[in-house]
Amino acid sequence: MRAGRAGLPDTSRPPPAGYSSHGRLERVLRSGRFAVTSELNPPDSADPAEVYDRALVLSEVCDAINAVDASAANVHMSSMGICALLSHAGYASVLQVACRDKNRIAIQGDILGASAMGVMNVLCLTGDGVQCGDQPGAKPVFDLDSISLLQTVRTMRDESRFLTGRKLSVPPRMFIGAAANPFVPPLAYRADHLGKKVAAGAEFIQTQYVYDLDIFERFMARVRDLGLDRKCFILAGVGPLASARTARWMRANVPGVHVPDALIDRLEKAGPPKAAKAEGKAICVELIQRLREMKGVKGVHVMAYRQEEFVSEIITASGVLQGRRGRARALPAAPA
Amino acid sequence: MYALRLFAVRHARFFERFYGFFEATYVAAAPLVRRIGANRLERPVAAVERTVKGTLFDCRMCGACILSSTGMSCPMNCPKQMRNGPCGGVRLNGHCEVRPEMKCVWVQAYEGSRRMAGGDAILERQPPVDRSKEGCSSWLGVLRDKGLVHREPAA
Ligand code: SF4
Repeated sequence: MRAGRAGLPDTSRPPPAGYSSHGRLERVLRSGRFAVTSELNPPDSADPAEVYDRALVLSEVCDAINAVDASAANVHMSSMGICALLSHAGYASVLQVACRDKNRIAIQGDILGASAMGVMNVLCLTGDGVQCGDQPGAKPVFDLDSISLLQTVRTMRDESRFLTGRKLSVPPRMFIGAAANPFVPPLAYRADHLGKKVAAGAEFIQTQYVYDLDIFERFMARVRDLGLDRKCFILAGVGPLASARTARWMRANVPGVHVPDALIDRLEKAGPPKAAKAEGKAICVELIQRLREMKGVKGVHVMAYRQEEFVSEIITASGVLQGRRGRARALPAAPA
Repeated sequence: MYALRLFAVRHARFFERFYGFFEATYVAAAPLVRRIGANRLERPVAAVERTVKGTLFDCRMCGACILSSTGMSCPMNCPKQMRNGPCGGVRLNGHCEVRPEMKCVWVQAYEGSRRMAGGDAILERQPPVDRSKEGCSSWLGVLRDKGLVHREPAA
Protein backbone atom coordinates (compact mmCIF):
# COMPACT_ATOMS: atom_id res chain seq x y z
CA MET A 1 0.00 0.00 0.00
CA ARG A 2 1.51 3.27 -1.16
CA ALA A 3 1.36 6.06 1.38
CA GLY A 4 -0.68 9.04 0.31
CA ARG A 5 -0.37 12.61 1.42
CA ALA A 6 -0.05 13.33 5.15
CA GLY A 7 1.17 9.78 5.76
CA LEU A 8 -2.29 8.28 5.25
CA PRO A 9 -2.80 5.18 3.10
CA ASP A 10 -3.58 6.16 -0.48
CA THR A 11 -7.05 4.99 -1.46
CA SER A 12 -7.46 7.11 -4.56
CA ARG A 13 -6.31 4.41 -6.99
CA PRO A 14 -8.75 1.65 -7.95
CA PRO A 15 -8.22 -1.62 -6.06
CA PRO A 16 -6.99 -4.75 -7.90
CA ALA A 17 -9.52 -6.54 -10.11
CA GLY A 18 -12.04 -8.52 -8.08
CA TYR A 19 -11.49 -6.38 -4.99
CA SER A 20 -13.56 -3.55 -3.55
CA SER A 21 -10.85 -2.11 -1.34
CA HIS A 22 -7.12 -2.07 -0.69
CA GLY A 23 -7.71 -3.37 2.80
CA ARG A 24 -6.25 -6.26 4.67
CA LEU A 25 -9.59 -7.68 5.85
CA GLU A 26 -10.86 -8.16 2.33
CA ARG A 27 -7.53 -9.64 1.22
CA VAL A 28 -7.51 -12.18 4.06
CA LEU A 29 -11.12 -13.20 3.44
CA ARG A 30 -10.83 -13.51 -0.33
CA SER A 31 -7.70 -15.63 0.06
CA GLY A 32 -9.74 -18.13 2.09
CA ARG A 33 -8.03 -17.58 5.43
CA PHE A 34 -10.01 -17.46 8.66
CA ALA A 35 -10.34 -13.80 9.59
CA VAL A 36 -10.43 -12.18 13.01
CA THR A 37 -11.87 -8.77 13.78
CA SER A 38 -12.55 -7.12 17.09
CA GLU A 39 -14.05 -3.93 18.40
CA LEU A 40 -12.32 -1.16 20.22
CA ASN A 41 -14.22 0.16 23.20
CA PRO A 42 -14.32 3.90 22.58
CA PRO A 43 -12.93 6.12 25.33
CA ASP A 44 -14.80 8.86 27.17
CA SER A 45 -11.85 11.11 26.60
CA ALA A 46 -10.22 13.39 24.05
CA ASP A 47 -6.86 11.72 24.56
CA PRO A 48 -5.64 9.74 21.53
CA ALA A 49 -3.39 7.67 23.78
CA GLU A 50 -6.45 5.88 25.14
CA VAL A 51 -7.33 4.77 21.61
CA TYR A 52 -3.79 3.69 20.81
CA ASP A 53 -3.38 1.71 24.03
CA ARG A 54 -6.47 -0.32 23.21
CA ALA A 55 -5.60 -0.68 19.53
CA LEU A 56 -2.18 -2.04 20.36
CA VAL A 57 -3.47 -5.03 22.32
CA LEU A 58 -6.13 -5.82 19.70
CA SER A 59 -3.87 -5.45 16.68
CA GLU A 60 -1.81 -8.49 17.67
CA VAL A 61 -4.56 -10.83 16.56
CA CYS A 62 -6.95 -8.80 14.38
CA ASP A 63 -7.22 -8.24 10.65
CA ALA A 64 -9.23 -5.08 11.28
CA ILE A 65 -10.45 -3.16 14.30
CA ASN A 66 -14.06 -1.96 14.47
CA ALA A 67 -14.57 1.54 15.83
CA VAL A 68 -18.08 1.40 17.28
CA ASP A 69 -20.51 4.25 16.66
CA ALA A 70 -22.10 5.02 20.03
CA SER A 71 -23.16 1.39 20.47
CA ALA A 72 -26.18 0.87 22.69
CA ALA A 73 -26.75 4.60 22.14
CA ASN A 74 -24.14 5.59 24.71
CA VAL A 75 -22.04 8.57 23.74
CA HIS A 76 -18.26 8.07 23.50
CA MET A 77 -15.51 9.18 21.12
CA SER A 78 -16.92 8.90 17.59
CA SER A 79 -16.21 6.13 15.14
CA MET A 80 -14.89 8.72 12.66
CA GLY A 81 -12.46 10.11 15.23
CA ILE A 82 -11.18 6.68 16.21
CA CYS A 83 -10.82 5.59 12.57
CA ALA A 84 -8.85 8.75 11.79
CA LEU A 85 -6.46 8.03 14.66
CA LEU A 86 -6.11 4.37 13.68
CA SER A 87 -5.52 5.26 10.05
CA HIS A 88 -2.79 7.71 11.00
CA ALA A 89 -0.98 5.02 12.93
CA GLY A 90 -1.36 2.49 10.11
CA TYR A 91 -4.01 0.23 11.65
CA ALA A 92 -6.77 -1.32 9.55
CA SER A 93 -10.09 -0.10 10.88
CA VAL A 94 -13.79 -0.63 10.27
CA LEU A 95 -15.88 2.53 10.31
CA GLN A 96 -19.27 1.83 11.91
CA VAL A 97 -22.14 3.99 10.74
CA ALA A 98 -25.43 3.94 12.64
CA CYS A 99 -28.50 5.50 11.05
CA ARG A 100 -29.69 6.61 14.47
CA ASP A 101 -27.62 9.77 14.69
CA LYS A 102 -27.13 11.07 11.15
CA ASN A 103 -29.18 11.81 8.09
CA ARG A 104 -28.17 10.99 4.52
CA ILE A 105 -26.31 14.28 4.10
CA ALA A 106 -24.01 13.66 7.06
CA ILE A 107 -23.56 9.98 6.25
CA GLN A 108 -22.52 10.42 2.63
CA GLY A 109 -20.06 13.11 3.67
CA ASP A 110 -18.59 10.83 6.34
CA ILE A 111 -18.13 8.00 3.86
CA LEU A 112 -16.04 10.24 1.63
CA GLY A 113 -14.09 11.63 4.56
CA ALA A 114 -13.35 8.19 5.97
CA SER A 115 -12.21 6.81 2.64
CA ALA A 116 -9.97 9.84 2.13
CA MET A 117 -8.35 9.07 5.47
CA GLY A 118 -7.56 5.55 4.37
CA VAL A 119 -10.39 3.72 6.14
CA MET A 120 -11.05 0.68 3.99
CA ASN A 121 -14.00 -1.01 5.65
CA VAL A 122 -17.44 0.23 6.62
CA LEU A 123 -20.12 -1.50 8.68
CA CYS A 124 -23.64 -0.27 7.92
CA LEU A 125 -25.97 -0.41 10.91
CA THR A 126 -29.40 0.80 11.86
CA GLY A 127 -28.33 1.41 15.45
CA ASP A 128 -29.92 0.75 18.82
CA GLY A 129 -32.78 2.99 19.91
CA VAL A 130 -31.84 6.08 21.96
CA GLN A 131 -33.96 4.76 24.84
CA CYS A 132 -31.32 2.21 25.83
CA GLY A 133 -28.40 4.63 26.12
CA ASP A 134 -27.27 7.43 28.35
CA GLN A 135 -28.98 10.21 26.33
CA PRO A 136 -32.62 9.05 26.15
CA GLY A 137 -33.76 12.61 25.42
CA ALA A 138 -31.88 12.72 22.09
CA LYS A 139 -33.73 13.03 18.80
CA PRO A 140 -33.55 9.72 16.94
CA VAL A 141 -32.77 10.38 13.27
CA PHE A 142 -33.26 7.11 11.33
CA ASP A 143 -33.42 8.88 7.98
CA LEU A 144 -32.04 5.72 6.31
CA ASP A 145 -32.18 2.12 7.53
CA SER A 146 -29.34 -0.40 7.35
CA ILE A 147 -30.38 -1.63 3.92
CA SER A 148 -30.88 1.76 2.30
CA LEU A 149 -27.56 2.76 3.89
CA LEU A 150 -25.85 -0.25 2.28
CA GLN A 151 -27.34 0.73 -1.07
CA THR A 152 -26.19 4.30 -0.58
CA VAL A 153 -22.58 3.31 0.09
CA ARG A 154 -22.56 0.86 -2.80
CA THR A 155 -23.99 3.49 -5.15
CA MET A 156 -21.25 5.90 -4.12
CA ARG A 157 -18.54 3.28 -4.58
CA ASP A 158 -19.67 1.47 -7.71
CA GLU A 159 -21.45 4.23 -9.59
CA SER A 160 -19.26 7.05 -8.36
CA ARG A 161 -22.20 9.28 -7.46
CA PHE A 162 -24.24 10.52 -4.53
CA LEU A 163 -27.81 9.29 -3.98
CA THR A 164 -29.16 12.17 -5.99
CA GLY A 165 -26.92 11.41 -8.95
CA ARG A 166 -24.30 14.11 -8.51
CA LYS A 167 -20.91 12.77 -9.66
CA LEU A 168 -17.90 12.01 -7.47
CA SER A 169 -14.46 12.57 -8.95
CA VAL A 170 -12.98 9.73 -6.89
CA PRO A 171 -15.34 7.20 -5.28
CA PRO A 172 -14.83 5.75 -1.79
CA ARG A 173 -13.03 2.40 -2.07
CA MET A 174 -14.47 0.47 0.80
CA PHE A 175 -15.26 -3.12 1.65
CA ILE A 176 -18.90 -2.99 2.73
CA GLY A 177 -20.26 -4.84 5.74
CA ALA A 178 -23.50 -5.30 7.63
CA ALA A 179 -24.65 -6.86 10.87
CA ALA A 180 -26.99 -9.81 11.32
CA ASN A 181 -28.88 -11.04 14.34
CA PRO A 182 -30.03 -14.63 13.86
CA PHE A 183 -31.34 -14.93 17.42
CA VAL A 184 -34.39 -12.66 17.60
CA PRO A 185 -37.83 -12.90 15.97
CA PRO A 186 -38.91 -13.45 13.29
CA LEU A 187 -36.38 -16.33 13.35
CA ALA A 188 -37.67 -17.92 10.16
CA TYR A 189 -37.08 -14.69 8.25
CA ARG A 190 -33.60 -13.82 9.51
CA ALA A 191 -31.60 -15.58 6.77
CA ASP A 192 -33.81 -14.08 4.07
CA HIS A 193 -33.26 -10.69 5.64
CA LEU A 194 -29.53 -11.31 5.39
CA GLY A 195 -30.09 -12.06 1.70
CA LYS A 196 -31.66 -8.64 1.35
CA LYS A 197 -28.58 -7.06 2.92
CA VAL A 198 -26.30 -8.97 0.56
CA ALA A 199 -28.39 -7.86 -2.41
CA ALA A 200 -28.10 -4.29 -1.13
CA GLY A 201 -24.31 -4.47 -1.15
CA ALA A 202 -23.06 -6.25 1.99
CA GLU A 203 -19.85 -8.17 1.29
CA PHE A 204 -18.98 -9.12 4.86
CA ILE A 205 -21.25 -9.78 7.82
CA GLN A 206 -20.48 -9.47 11.52
CA THR A 207 -23.16 -11.22 13.56
CA GLN A 208 -24.58 -10.55 16.98
CA TYR A 209 -22.98 -12.60 19.81
CA VAL A 210 -23.38 -16.30 19.10
CA TYR A 211 -24.08 -18.11 22.37
CA ASP A 212 -26.75 -20.47 21.07
CA LEU A 213 -25.16 -22.77 18.51
CA ASP A 214 -28.40 -24.62 17.75
CA ILE A 215 -30.21 -21.50 16.58
CA PHE A 216 -27.11 -20.37 14.74
CA GLU A 217 -26.71 -23.70 12.94
CA ARG A 218 -30.35 -23.57 11.80
CA PHE A 219 -29.78 -20.04 10.55
CA MET A 220 -26.61 -21.06 8.72
CA ALA A 221 -28.39 -24.01 7.11
CA ARG A 222 -30.90 -21.60 5.59
CA VAL A 223 -28.07 -19.21 4.64
CA ARG A 224 -26.39 -22.06 2.77
CA ASP A 225 -29.67 -23.07 1.10
CA LEU A 226 -29.98 -19.52 -0.18
CA GLY A 227 -26.37 -19.66 -1.37
CA LEU A 228 -25.52 -16.60 0.72
CA ASP A 229 -22.38 -18.15 2.20
CA ARG A 230 -20.87 -17.91 -1.29
CA LYS A 231 -21.95 -14.29 -1.79
CA CYS A 232 -20.65 -12.79 1.44
CA PHE A 233 -18.14 -13.51 4.19
CA ILE A 234 -19.78 -14.28 7.51
CA LEU A 235 -17.86 -13.48 10.68
CA ALA A 236 -19.58 -14.91 13.74
CA GLY A 237 -19.78 -12.59 16.76
CA VAL A 238 -18.27 -13.95 19.98
CA GLY A 239 -17.27 -12.56 23.35
CA PRO A 240 -16.29 -13.72 26.83
CA LEU A 241 -18.96 -13.49 29.52
CA ALA A 242 -17.39 -12.16 32.72
CA SER A 243 -19.90 -13.76 35.11
CA ALA A 244 -23.40 -15.14 35.39
CA ARG A 245 -24.48 -11.71 36.59
CA THR A 246 -23.13 -9.86 33.55
CA ALA A 247 -24.70 -12.47 31.29
CA ARG A 248 -28.10 -11.88 32.89
CA TRP A 249 -27.62 -8.14 32.74
CA MET A 250 -26.71 -8.25 29.05
CA ARG A 251 -29.67 -10.43 28.27
CA ALA A 252 -32.01 -8.00 30.00
CA ASN A 253 -30.49 -4.70 28.93
CA VAL A 254 -28.57 -4.97 25.67
CA PRO A 255 -31.03 -5.13 22.75
CA GLY A 256 -30.83 -8.31 20.71
CA VAL A 257 -28.50 -10.37 22.91
CA HIS A 258 -29.62 -13.92 23.60
CA VAL A 259 -27.74 -16.01 26.21
CA PRO A 260 -29.15 -19.50 26.85
CA ASP A 261 -29.76 -20.59 30.46
CA ALA A 262 -27.35 -23.51 30.08
CA LEU A 263 -24.42 -21.11 29.66
CA ILE A 264 -25.49 -19.01 32.62
CA ASP A 265 -25.70 -22.16 34.74
CA ARG A 266 -22.19 -23.11 33.67
CA LEU A 267 -20.85 -19.74 34.77
CA GLU A 268 -22.74 -19.97 38.04
CA LYS A 269 -21.32 -23.43 38.80
CA ALA A 270 -17.80 -22.20 38.12
CA GLY A 271 -17.91 -20.47 41.52
CA PRO A 272 -15.98 -17.37 42.64
CA PRO A 273 -15.50 -14.36 40.29
CA LYS A 274 -12.01 -15.38 39.19
CA ALA A 275 -13.04 -18.91 38.31
CA ALA A 276 -16.17 -17.63 36.57
CA LYS A 277 -14.10 -15.29 34.46
CA ALA A 278 -11.81 -18.14 33.43
CA GLU A 279 -14.86 -20.24 32.60
CA GLY A 280 -16.25 -17.36 30.51
CA LYS A 281 -13.05 -17.30 28.49
CA ALA A 282 -13.04 -21.08 28.13
CA ILE A 283 -16.61 -20.97 26.80
CA CYS A 284 -15.59 -18.31 24.30
CA VAL A 285 -12.64 -20.40 23.08
CA GLU A 286 -14.91 -23.44 22.68
CA LEU A 287 -17.46 -21.41 20.74
CA ILE A 288 -14.78 -20.09 18.37
CA GLN A 289 -13.53 -23.62 17.74
CA ARG A 290 -17.04 -24.91 17.03
CA LEU A 291 -17.82 -21.95 14.79
CA ARG A 292 -14.66 -22.46 12.82
CA GLU A 293 -15.89 -25.92 11.87
CA MET A 294 -19.25 -24.62 10.72
CA LYS A 295 -19.70 -24.47 6.97
CA GLY A 296 -20.05 -20.93 5.71
CA VAL A 297 -18.39 -19.23 8.71
CA LYS A 298 -15.32 -17.35 7.44
CA GLY A 299 -14.12 -15.69 10.59
CA VAL A 300 -14.96 -14.39 14.03
CA HIS A 301 -15.70 -10.93 15.35
CA VAL A 302 -14.66 -10.67 19.00
CA MET A 303 -16.60 -8.22 21.12
CA ALA A 304 -15.02 -8.09 24.54
CA TYR A 305 -16.66 -5.21 26.31
CA ARG A 306 -14.04 -3.65 28.63
CA GLN A 307 -11.96 -6.85 28.31
CA GLU A 308 -9.72 -6.04 25.31
CA GLU A 309 -6.75 -7.48 27.10
CA PHE A 310 -8.30 -10.96 26.81
CA VAL A 311 -8.92 -10.89 23.07
CA SER A 312 -5.40 -11.88 22.15
CA GLU A 313 -5.34 -14.64 24.77
CA ILE A 314 -8.67 -16.06 23.57
CA ILE A 315 -7.77 -16.00 19.88
CA THR A 316 -4.38 -17.56 20.57
CA ALA A 317 -5.95 -20.29 22.72
CA SER A 318 -8.50 -21.05 20.01
CA GLY A 319 -5.74 -21.75 17.51
CA VAL A 320 -7.59 -20.14 14.60
CA LEU A 321 -4.57 -18.11 13.55
CA GLN A 322 -2.18 -21.04 13.49
CA GLY A 323 -0.14 -21.04 10.34
CA ARG A 324 -0.40 -17.30 9.88
CA ARG A 325 2.83 -15.40 10.18
CA GLY A 326 3.68 -12.05 11.68
CA ARG A 327 2.21 -10.03 14.48
CA ALA A 328 0.53 -6.64 14.38
CA ARG A 329 -1.96 -8.06 11.93
CA ALA A 330 -4.19 -5.04 11.81
CA LEU A 331 -1.35 -3.11 10.22
CA PRO A 332 -2.35 -2.77 6.57
CA ALA A 333 1.27 -2.50 5.46
CA ALA A 334 2.15 -5.96 6.79
CA PRO A 335 2.31 -8.70 4.15
CA ALA A 336 -0.85 -10.82 4.31
CA MET B 1 -55.69 2.34 16.09
CA TYR B 2 -53.44 -0.40 17.49
CA ALA B 3 -56.16 -3.09 17.66
CA LEU B 4 -57.30 -2.41 14.09
CA ARG B 5 -53.71 -2.40 12.93
CA LEU B 6 -53.24 -5.93 14.31
CA PHE B 7 -56.57 -6.91 12.74
CA ALA B 8 -55.39 -5.68 9.33
CA VAL B 9 -52.28 -7.85 9.56
CA ARG B 10 -54.37 -10.89 10.55
CA HIS B 11 -56.51 -10.27 7.49
CA ALA B 12 -53.67 -9.23 5.21
CA ARG B 13 -54.95 -11.55 2.47
CA PHE B 14 -58.30 -9.76 2.36
CA PHE B 15 -56.75 -6.31 2.44
CA GLU B 16 -54.33 -7.26 -0.30
CA ARG B 17 -57.23 -8.21 -2.57
CA PHE B 18 -59.26 -5.20 -1.59
CA TYR B 19 -56.31 -2.90 -2.22
CA GLY B 20 -55.72 -4.39 -5.65
CA PHE B 21 -59.34 -3.71 -6.51
CA PHE B 22 -59.23 -0.23 -5.04
CA GLU B 23 -56.05 0.68 -6.90
CA ALA B 24 -57.56 -0.48 -10.18
CA THR B 25 -60.55 1.77 -9.46
CA TYR B 26 -58.63 4.95 -8.85
CA VAL B 27 -56.26 4.24 -11.73
CA ALA B 28 -59.40 4.00 -13.89
CA ALA B 29 -60.49 7.36 -12.48
CA ALA B 30 -57.24 8.99 -13.65
CA PRO B 31 -58.89 10.92 -16.53
CA LEU B 32 -61.31 12.49 -14.06
CA VAL B 33 -58.46 13.38 -11.72
CA ARG B 34 -56.63 14.92 -14.66
CA ARG B 35 -59.64 17.00 -15.57
CA ILE B 36 -60.11 18.40 -12.07
CA GLY B 37 -56.34 18.71 -11.56
CA ALA B 38 -54.32 16.45 -9.25
CA ASN B 39 -52.90 19.44 -7.40
CA ARG B 40 -56.35 20.77 -6.57
CA LEU B 41 -57.34 17.31 -5.34
CA GLU B 42 -54.22 16.88 -3.23
CA ARG B 43 -55.61 18.30 0.02
CA PRO B 44 -59.06 16.63 0.06
CA VAL B 45 -57.69 13.29 -1.15
CA ALA B 46 -54.86 13.38 1.38
CA ALA B 47 -57.43 14.13 4.12
CA VAL B 48 -59.53 11.10 3.14
CA GLU B 49 -56.46 8.92 2.85
CA ARG B 50 -55.22 10.05 6.26
CA THR B 51 -58.57 9.23 7.89
CA VAL B 52 -59.10 5.85 6.25
CA LYS B 53 -55.55 4.52 6.42
CA GLY B 54 -54.93 6.23 9.75
CA THR B 55 -57.82 4.32 11.31
CA LEU B 56 -57.02 0.98 9.71
CA PHE B 57 -53.23 0.89 9.68
CA ASP B 58 -52.10 3.77 11.91
CA CYS B 59 -50.82 5.28 8.64
CA ARG B 60 -48.31 8.10 9.11
CA MET B 61 -48.73 9.61 5.62
CA CYS B 62 -45.14 9.10 4.53
CA GLY B 63 -46.34 9.72 0.98
CA ALA B 64 -44.74 6.54 -0.37
CA CYS B 65 -47.04 3.74 0.73
CA ILE B 66 -45.55 0.23 0.71
CA LEU B 67 -48.20 -1.58 2.79
CA SER B 68 -48.57 -4.28 0.15
CA SER B 69 -44.85 -5.12 0.54
CA THR B 70 -44.99 -5.13 4.33
CA GLY B 71 -47.78 -7.56 5.13
CA MET B 72 -50.18 -4.63 5.66
CA SER B 73 -48.15 -3.51 8.70
CA CYS B 74 -47.20 0.17 8.31
CA PRO B 75 -43.39 0.44 8.68
CA MET B 76 -43.60 4.08 9.72
CA ASN B 77 -44.97 2.88 13.08
CA CYS B 78 -41.57 1.36 13.71
CA PRO B 79 -39.74 3.76 16.05
CA LYS B 80 -36.67 3.38 13.80
CA GLN B 81 -38.77 3.80 10.64
CA MET B 82 -37.26 0.61 9.21
CA ARG B 83 -38.55 0.21 5.65
CA ASN B 84 -36.60 -2.92 4.78
CA GLY B 85 -37.14 -5.40 7.57
CA PRO B 86 -36.74 -5.87 11.31
CA CYS B 87 -33.88 -4.38 13.32
CA GLY B 88 -31.67 -6.61 15.45
CA GLY B 89 -33.22 -5.51 18.70
CA VAL B 90 -36.60 -7.27 18.52
CA ARG B 91 -37.48 -8.78 21.91
CA LEU B 92 -37.74 -12.55 22.31
CA ASN B 93 -41.51 -12.21 22.79
CA GLY B 94 -41.74 -10.47 19.40
CA HIS B 95 -42.27 -7.04 20.89
CA CYS B 96 -40.47 -3.84 19.94
CA GLU B 97 -37.06 -2.97 21.36
CA VAL B 98 -37.95 0.71 21.73
CA ARG B 99 -41.61 0.39 22.76
CA PRO B 100 -41.94 -2.87 24.69
CA GLU B 101 -45.75 -2.62 24.94
CA MET B 102 -46.09 -2.77 21.13
CA LYS B 103 -45.62 -5.81 18.90
CA CYS B 104 -42.68 -5.29 16.53
CA VAL B 105 -44.03 -3.83 13.32
CA TRP B 106 -41.78 -6.15 11.30
CA VAL B 107 -42.65 -9.32 13.18
CA GLN B 108 -46.22 -8.37 12.23
CA ALA B 109 -45.17 -7.55 8.68
CA TYR B 110 -43.57 -10.96 8.25
CA GLU B 111 -46.69 -12.73 9.58
CA GLY B 112 -48.93 -10.65 7.34
CA SER B 113 -46.77 -11.29 4.30
CA ARG B 114 -47.06 -15.06 4.80
CA ARG B 115 -50.84 -14.71 4.43
CA MET B 116 -50.64 -12.74 1.20
CA ALA B 117 -50.44 -14.03 -2.36
CA GLY B 118 -47.75 -11.50 -3.19
CA GLY B 119 -46.11 -11.78 0.23
CA ASP B 120 -42.62 -12.22 -1.17
CA ALA B 121 -42.69 -8.51 -2.01
CA ILE B 122 -41.29 -8.20 1.53
CA LEU B 123 -37.94 -9.10 -0.06
CA GLU B 124 -37.98 -6.09 -2.37
CA ARG B 125 -35.44 -3.47 -1.41
CA GLN B 126 -36.99 -0.11 -0.57
CA PRO B 127 -35.10 3.09 -1.34
CA PRO B 128 -34.74 5.86 1.25
CA VAL B 129 -38.03 7.70 1.77
CA ASP B 130 -38.39 11.07 0.07
CA ARG B 131 -39.18 13.11 3.18
CA SER B 132 -40.43 16.02 1.08
CA LYS B 133 -43.48 13.90 0.19
CA GLU B 134 -44.53 13.53 3.84
CA GLY B 135 -48.24 14.34 4.24
CA CYS B 136 -48.94 13.91 0.51
CA SER B 137 -51.45 11.42 -0.83
CA SER B 138 -49.78 8.22 -1.98
CA TRP B 139 -52.86 7.40 -4.10
CA LEU B 140 -52.24 10.48 -6.20
CA GLY B 141 -48.56 9.59 -5.96
CA VAL B 142 -49.28 6.28 -7.70
CA LEU B 143 -51.06 8.12 -10.53
CA ARG B 144 -48.12 10.50 -10.82
CA ASP B 145 -45.61 7.62 -10.83
CA LYS B 146 -47.58 5.86 -13.53
CA GLY B 147 -47.45 9.08 -15.55
CA LEU B 148 -51.27 9.28 -15.56
CA VAL B 149 -51.41 12.77 -14.07
CA HIS B 150 -49.04 15.72 -13.84
CA ARG B 151 -45.94 14.79 -11.78
CA GLU B 152 -45.46 17.72 -9.42
CA PRO B 153 -47.44 17.51 -6.16
CA ALA B 154 -48.99 20.67 -4.74
CA ALA B 155 -46.50 22.67 -2.72
S1 SF4 C 1 -38.22 -3.94 17.22
FE1 SF4 C 1 -39.41 -3.84 15.31
S2 SF4 C 1 -40.75 -2.07 15.56
FE2 SF4 C 1 -39.21 -1.90 17.13
S3 SF4 C 1 -37.59 -0.64 16.27
FE3 SF4 C 1 -37.01 -2.73 15.77
S4 SF4 C 1 -37.91 -3.17 13.78
FE4 SF4 C 1 -38.90 -1.33 14.58
